[in-house]
Amino acid sequence: MRGILRIGYRLLVNDRGKFIALLLGITFSVFLMIQVTSMFAGMMKKASATVTNTGAKMWVLDSSVTNVASSIPLPDYVLDAVRSIHGVKYAVPLYSGAGLVRLKDGTYQAVSILGLDDTSLFGRPVLLQGQISDIYAENGFLVVKDEEFGKLHNPGIGTEFEINDNRGVIVGIAKVPASGLFGMPTLYTTFSRAVQYIPSMRYTVSYILVEPASDAAIPGIKQEVAKLGYESLTEAEFIDKITHWYMFGTGMGINLLIMTGISFVVGLSISGQTFYTFVLENLEKFGALKAIGAKGRELVYMILFQAGITALAGYGLGVGLCALLIALAKFRVRDYASIITFNNLGMALGMVLVIASLSSYFAVRRVLRIEPFDIFRG
Amino acid sequence: MTVGVAIQAVGLSKWFGSGETRTQAVKDVSFEAAFHEMLYIVGPSGSGKTTLLSMLSGILRPSAGSVRVEGVDIWALDENRIADFRLHKVGFVFQDYHLFNKLTTVENVAIPLILRGQDWNDSLKEGQKYLEVVGLANRANLPPSKLSGGEQQRVAIARAIVSAPDILIFDEPTASLDGDTGRKILEFVRTKVLTEQRCILTVTHDDRIYEYADRILKMEDGRLIGSEKGGAHA
Repeated sequence: MRGILRIGYRLLVNDRGKFIALLLGITFSVFLMIQVTSMFAGMMKKASATVTNTGAKMWVLDSSVTNVASSIPLPDYVLDAVRSIHGVKYAVPLYSGAGLVRLKDGTYQAVSILGLDDTSLFGRPVLLQGQISDIYAENGFLVVKDEEFGKLHNPGIGTEFEINDNRGVIVGIAKVPASGLFGMPTLYTTFSRAVQYIPSMRYTVSYILVEPASDAAIPGIKQEVAKLGYESLTEAEFIDKITHWYMFGTGMGINLLIMTGISFVVGLSISGQTFYTFVLENLEKFGALKAIGAKGRELVYMILFQAGITALAGYGLGVGLCALLIALAKFRVRDYASIITFNNLGMALGMVLVIASLSSYFAVRRVLRIEPFDIFRG
Repeated sequence: MTVGVAIQAVGLSKWFGSGETRTQAVKDVSFEAAFHEMLYIVGPSGSGKTTLLSMLSGILRPSAGSVRVEGVDIWALDENRIADFRLHKVGFVFQDYHLFNKLTTVENVAIPLILRGQDWNDSLKEGQKYLEVVGLANRANLPPSKLSGGEQQRVAIARAIVSAPDILIFDEPTASLDGDTGRKILEFVRTKVLTEQRCILTVTHDDRIYEYADRILKMEDGRLIGSEKGGAHA
């Protein structure tokens, strides 16, 4: 069997024009599929940045919340009620909002503001400079040093700014695992100062962060929160909810689907057509092999092997090309959103295998139908 | 001199199509071919030569009758065993050669051995020996497309004999060759390829090469209409 596969390999790679066309088709298709889906994955990572950066195991929220940036404030009693649920180790409030910062040169910059529980500072970021206790100092704010940091004119500790006619002072510079989606710098302060400085509605708690006593307690907590008329989600569920909303609640999902579909069709049409032509051109030779004594299944294996080699080589090249371009883009634009995930890779591999299967299916049909007698008949 | 029966065809018939388009290509053909015999099957186009050759070589199942090769009824075998029979017992030289231009000449020659599961490098070494037999050792690494028609014919012969088959099938061996080259090829086949343990069946239109045949079977309208000695006995 290895011998006939080697014949197949030699036939494939020695037909350079077609082999290159096949590789280009698959490579281009994989590149497009991974590029599009990795951009989406990168954007979803940013869209869920507050959730991942905070690190709470469970979130209590209004069930109408679609994404973390559009919080619906919760009445204060919900916090007390959640704290009293059996299985809750502790629960703290989180303020999540946006404000306008007036910089020293008189310009304004929109910022994201997270207000941490005054007592525990649960969800605080890792500090690069300064002391976390300074957040309690008068007008104290932490600033996240991410790609948006420069929009605040690269502040240092002690830098002052104005926020809603209140004085603010940078008391620490922090880092977080993921920066936000909307290109705004992020400030952290205490919950009480956030409520005090930012115009608020009647209720001020954006989310309640819950630490369950154990994983086993999570279902019970969910049930009790539901009885209160609210929703409680694990970190992963909240990220899924956000992704689901961007996917289906905005046009992004359809566009993603269309682009992925187009990439698939491009790959299938170029590679499928080229592979089919390749087999057609060799059809008489396959018939001759049959006459000599090759069995039908050996020819099928040979064609599947050829399709498999092409698909995997094209897949590798496509992934490599995409990774290279993302790396180059991140070199120039450090906050470039694309990330290649195992899901992207798996999805693209699945699509490529479908392309290879469809291409070889029609080729196999033709090869199985060719009779050695046809070779004699000419 | 002939030694033993290589092929025995009994009452071979073949119909194609159905209903009004049903036609009978071969009609109740019986004959024997012996080892060390070069047997020609001749006749006008449409007389059933190629159909008969296909049934004799395990390629086309007859509608009626039987073919025994070395005593084995080949059409009693299943598809896989018929393929094995062709691989181990029959060598083919097709009219258009059907060489792979994307493989080297020696790789083309080695194909039957590779299909038998023999090691790739060993197959190529064996293929090289047979290229020497047909006088093309120095063409081993060229693609067949770089060779002349006569050279391609010899490569096809080397491929057909590399696995030492008992039966060799030649389909119009001189159709693509000029007269001199055709005669040289048949001279070569007669002297170097036809052995005591081999029977060669040849379908041809070309009466210029009748001199190399031991026996000539004549076909017309699907029937054997006669048999005569070939020029090899002159």
